[in-house]
Amino acid sequence: MSDRDPDIEQSGFDRARKRLTPPGVPTDDRARSRMVLDTLILHLHPARIPARTLKWTYTWGLGGLAALLVTMLVGTGVLLLANYTPTAPDAYLSILSLRSDVWFGELLRNIHHWSANLLLVVAVLHLLRVFFTGAHRPPREVNWIFGVVMLLLILGANFTGYLLPWDQLAYWAITVGTSLITYIPLVGGNIESLLLGGPEVSGATLLNFYAFHISFIPLSLFALMALHFWRVRKDGGLTIPRTVDEQPIERPERVTTIPHLIRRETVWALAWIAIIIGFSVAFPAPLEGIADPMVSPNPAKAPWYFMGIQELLLHFHPFVAAIVIPTLALLGFFTLPFIDHASEHEGIYFRSRRGRSLAAMAAGLSLVLTSAWIFVDDRYLDWATWLEGWPTVLSNGFLPLAIAVVILALLDMWIEKGLGGTLEERVLFLFTFLAVSLVVLTIIGIFFRGPGMELFWPWAMPSAH
Amino acid sequence: MNEQPIEITPEDEPAIDRRSFLKYAGIAIGALAAVELGAIGFGYAQPRLAEGDFGSVITAGAVDDFPPGSVTHITNGRFYLTRLEDGGFLALHQRCTHLGCTVPWDQAANQFICPCHNSQFDDTGEVLNPPAPRPLDLFPVSIEDGSVMVDTGTKISRDDFDPSQAVYA
Repeated sequence: MSDRDPDIEQSGFDRARKRLTPPGVPTDDRARSRMVLDTLILHLHPARIPARTLKWTYTWGLGGLAALLVTMLVGTGVLLLANYTPTAPDAYLSILSLRSDVWFGELLRNIHHWSANLLLVVAVLHLLRVFFTGAHRPPREVNWIFGVVMLLLILGANFTGYLLPWDQLAYWAITVGTSLITYIPLVGGNIESLLLGGPEVSGATLLNFYAFHISFIPLSLFALMALHFWRVRKDGGLTIPRTVDEQPIERPERVTTIPHLIRRETVWALAWIAIIIGFSVAFPAPLEGIADPMVSPNPAKAPWYFMGIQELLLHFHPFVAAIVIPTLALLGFFTLPFIDHASEHEGIYFRSRRGRSLAAMAAGLSLVLTSAWIFVDDRYLDWATWLEGWPTVLSNGFLPLAIAVVILALLDMWIEKGLGGTLEERVLFLFTFLAVSLVVLTIIGIFFRGPGMELFWPWAMPSAH
Repeated sequence: MNEQPIEITPEDEPAIDRRSFLKYAGIAIGALAAVELGAIGFGYAQPRLAEGDFGSVITAGAVDDFPPGSVTHITNGRFYLTRLEDGGFLALHQRCTHLGCTVPWDQAANQFICPCHNSQFDDTGEVLNPPAPRPLDLFPVSIEDGSVMVDTGTKISRDDFDPSQAVYA
C-alpha cells in the first residue's frame, strides 16, 4: 500500500496542492502559469478554429466586446455597492458623496454608466451582424433565442439601473417608462403597482429596482451567457465568412486558438478598456437635481433606448404604441429563425448581390418613409378629431396601424411579385426596413423633440428648463 | 412472482387505477402549491402604506378654506382639490392619464397643462387637448365635521365629468 501512495509521507498541504494540479505539470513557474491560463481559455474556446472566422470585418468583435462589458459592469458594480444607499432620498446623497468624497468614485460611476449604455448598443449591433450574415438560422436558432432573451435582460438591467441615482432624470424617465405598462388591458394597473411597490415611483420602487438590478438580472444574464457560449461551440462555431460569389467552404483551414484568436481578443479588450476609461474621464455620467415628484421636467423623456417607443406614442394610441407594436416585434424576433431558415447563403453579408441591393433599398425607403410619416402625422393628420365619436384606440390606434401594415404588405408584394423575391429576400427587406424605422424613430425622439414634445431641429433646440 | 392472479369482476374494477390516481393527485397537489406560492408572492409584494402618506385618507383642510371657483394643490395627497363655482368638491389625482407626469395647474390659463406631452385639462379634470385618453382620475371626497377628507387609496377612473361626481358640504 505505502509504495503505491507516496503521498502519505507528505504534509497535508503538499497533498492538497498535488490533488489540485493535474499530472504532467511543468516545473518552472512561468510554464506552470501559462498552462493554467491555457486550460482556462480552452474551457471557453475550442483548441482550433477556422482561420477565416478571425476576419475582423466579419464579426466586428461584437460578441467578445459584449462579454468584456458585462465583466466590467460586474466589477464596477460590485465596487459601487460599497458606496450606495438604496433608499429615498439617501440614494441621491450617496451619488453626490461618491462624486465628491470617494477616491475615484466619480470615475467608477462613469465607467459603469457608459459601459451599460455601450453594452446595449453593442448587443443590438451583434444581433444585426448575426441576422445579416444568416447566423440566426438552423442549427443556431436556439442560440438566437438565447440572444434575444439576453437583450431583454440587458434592457431590464439598464432600465432598473436608470432609477438608482434618484435624480429628476431618473425619476421621470422611470415614471414615463412604467406608465406604459398601465395600458395592458385589465391587469396593467396591478402589474404597475406591484412593480412600483405603490401607486407612484417612490422609495419602495427604488428598493424593488435595486434588488432586480443587483441579483435577479445579473444572475440570469450569467446563466444565459454560459448557455450562449456553449451553444456557439455545439453549433459548430461561428458561421464561416465567404465572399459573395464563393461556394460554401467544405474543409476550412484551421489555426490554433492560442495564440491566433487569443492575441486578437486581448488586443481588442485592452483597446476598449482604454477607450472606455478615456471616455469616462472626459464625459461624466449625467446627474440632475434630486427627484421631485411634484415637478415634471419639460420635456420628460424616457431613457434613450425607449425613445423609439415614446416617439410611437406621439403618433399612436398608447395601447397600440406601447403594447401591440412591441408585442408584435418580440413575436417577430422569436419566430424569425423558424420562418427564415434556408441556410444556403450562410456567411455572406446580406445573402447575395441582389440581397445587398434590396437591403440598401429597404434602408433608403425606410429612412424617407418613416421621416416623412413622422412629419406629416405631426403636422397634418388628426384622426381623433376627424373621426369624432370613434374610440381613440381605433381612430388613433388600430386605424393608422392598419394603414402602416397595408403599406408594408404592398412593399412586400412588390418584392415578391414585381422583383421575384424569394422568402429569404422578403424577410431581409422587411427586417431592414423595420430596423431602420426603429433607428429613425429613436434618433428623432432623442434629438428632434423639445419642450412640449414639439419637433425642432437639433441645432435650434430651446433649452429644457 | 408468487402472487395469485385475482379474478376481477366488472363491478369490482375501480373507476381509476392506483397509478393514475397518484398521478392526478400529484398534479392537483402541485397546482395547489403553485397557487399558494403565487398568492403568498403576490401578498408579499403588496405596497406598504404609512398613515398620512399618499395612499391613506388625507385631511385636506376645513371646507371654508377653499373658496368656490378655486383649485388647491394638496401635495402630500398628490391631488388637486377643486371647488366648483356652485360649492362642489372634486379631488383630482395630479398624475396625467397619458404617461404619469405631474400636471401643474396654470392659474392664468385656467387649465391643467401637462409639461410632458401637452395634454390639457379643465378644472373638473376633463380633457381639453389629447394625447391624454381620459379625464384626470378622482379620489373619493367626504366631508366630516366641516373638514374635507380624501381617500387617496381609492382611485376612480372615468370617461367624462358628470355633476354627480362633485361632493357638497
